[in-house]
Amino acid sequence: MSTSKGSAGTGLVERAGIFARIVLATGGGYAVAALATALLSVTLPLERSEAVTTATLLSFAILAGVVVLVFALHSVPRAAGILFGAILVMGLGLWLAAGPGLFVGGAP
Amino acid sequence: MKGSFRQSMAWLHTWAGLVVGWVLFAVFVTGTASYYRADISRWMRPELTKVSPLTHAELPAAAERAVAYLEKHASEARTWFIGLPHGDEPVLDLFWRIRPGAPPGHVILDARTGAEMALRKTMAGDFLYRFHFELHLPPIWGRWIVGICAMIMLVALISGIITHKRIFSDFFTFRRDKAPRRSFLDAHNVTGVLALPYHLMITYTGIVTLSMMYMPWGVTTAYRGDSQAYFSEAGFVTKSRPVANRPAPPAPIGPMVERALATFPERLGRVSIAHHGDAHATVIAAFEEPHGLSHEHPQIAFDGVTGAVLEVVNGGLKPAAKTFSTMVGLHEAHFAGPTLRLLFFLCGVMGSAMVATGLVLWTLARLPKANERPFFGLRLVQALNIASVAGLPAAVATYFLANRLLPPDLAGRSDWEIRAFFAAWIAAALIPLARPHRRAWSEMLGLVAGLCLAVVLADIATVETHPLRRLGAGEALFLWFDGALLAMACLFAVAVRKVARYQAPSRAERSREAPRPSAAVRSSERPAPLHAAPPPLAAAEPERA
Repeated sequence: MSTSKGSAGTGLVERAGIFARIVLATGGGYAVAALATALLSVTLPLERSEAVTTATLLSFAILAGVVVLVFALHSVPRAAGILFGAILVMGLGLWLAAGPGLFVGGAP
Repeated sequence: MKGSFRQSMAWLHTWAGLVVGWVLFAVFVTGTASYYRADISRWMRPELTKVSPLTHAELPAAAERAVAYLEKHASEARTWFIGLPHGDEPVLDLFWRIRPGAPPGHVILDARTGAEMALRKTMAGDFLYRFHFELHLPPIWGRWIVGICAMIMLVALISGIITHKRIFSDFFTFRRDKAPRRSFLDAHNVTGVLALPYHLMITYTGIVTLSMMYMPWGVTTAYRGDSQAYFSEAGFVTKSRPVANRPAPPAPIGPMVERALATFPERLGRVSIAHHGDAHATVIAAFEEPHGLSHEHPQIAFDGVTGAVLEVVNGGLKPAAKTFSTMVGLHEAHFAGPTLRLLFFLCGVMGSAMVATGLVLWTLARLPKANERPFFGLRLVQALNIASVAGLPAAVATYFLANRLLPPDLAGRSDWEIRAFFAAWIAAALIPLARPHRRAWSEMLGLVAGLCLAVVLADIATVETHPLRRLGAGEALFLWFDGALLAMACLFAVAVRKVARYQAPSRAERSREAPRPSAAVRSSERPAPLHAAPPPLAAAEPERA
């Protein structure tokens, strides 16, 4: 989404950009927050219930932060890159921390 | 996005606020009313003023009567909930759930006889309370919608703070005599900034109350999805016991209630019985929170067959769990005494006003020029604004009015009260469509004022124990409630005046002569400069939003 000149073509590009940001902010934001919650729940050096509570309480701040970030960044591909990077790293971390058994058990 | 950080946050604030504003307004208004849920419920069941409160010694026998009723009428339910009588509600309030998803059974019994009470059937304050987070939809849907809106609200708050360059000086700025858009902006800022800590707190803690539904993934990974295990390990509830599928004669409930009453000084609020008649039947006595911010109900679990104590939960939460329950406690504000409760209530009113002024501001910033037709989105937003900002208060007032006016023995009475609520809301949303926009605001706000007044009159006319009819001998609650509704009526009457007041005097005179007055009214609604070049009167069509 570069500078807009108000022409129909740019309007369309701009709309597509906004749509992409909304999808990234909601879907990507929730994915990042959910993965962070899951990862922190099994990695925080606390009792199990405390780790889950801490992670869940933080998750909504993380989600809000991601939404602000997605709308603040200048380029959509950059925002998408950061989000997918975070999802990949955390997904890998979760795999290593919780083991593959987690995914066999099936999420609700 | 293009432009500076602050510009993109302003964009985010505008649109995030707009898309959820209408739902949020309803959530704010019904949530704010729910600070007085118990008082509203008491007001909506005036028959209860004739019932004298029960003493502690009467409670065990009352619980026995509840179990006798449930054995007869709800034997197939898995869990029974017995609300024990207390000061404001000296009755047995029974709930039972047969299976998840099915509507729960509910009955109110006379605590001294165990017979069903001849009360008007009403959801009372519980309807507004549940609407606050379920919107009268199936719970799963309602809670997700409200949760998503609350999350977007959080984003709107954060981006709104970032947008605000001069947050401190705006704190003291209110330009009431400037153009309407200016004073609406200032009103939005004042209500938003003044109560900002409250808005952030109430939004975040609101999400937290249902966080295990919105964000279950910690429980999924650490507990393999067993949320009961998490809740009991965290110390929120007693351990759940699976059904044994072996029948066993249940122990009498009276001695358990007696023992529970002797254990904690807090009020024993509710007794729940799971799998009554099973070998693993469990009786849980749940108390009100001890004094403090945190939402921590002491609980005692009894074996339903032997009557022995299985487990006692009483505080002692670890830091994160304590934080969690303090957040829930802050949201519910059960700790608040009368003064603090009033402050919370006023903050909630300011939150509602912040949402309402924000919604109106969106339209004021986008009014068409005199010779343009308003675009569809503008008319849609204008229509939805009236439908929520005036329509919802009209619906709430109608709900109260229906409580007083519907015949007490009407079949399905509590459903009719709710139908009245929605009928009023739909009517208040549709009628403005056929009216010029500015007039529609005045008329609908005036309608709300009239309805609030009607509630007070209906209350005095229909409740024979009303203090005003007994020279002050009745219960003060009725005076307070009616006083609050009178205050609301005045507030909305002032709003009607304010809507009319934005007409410049000279133009108001001309509009009276003009063949289509609404055109003049509409044009004066445009943003600043207000008095620059009044458009030709006949140019703008009266708007049908």
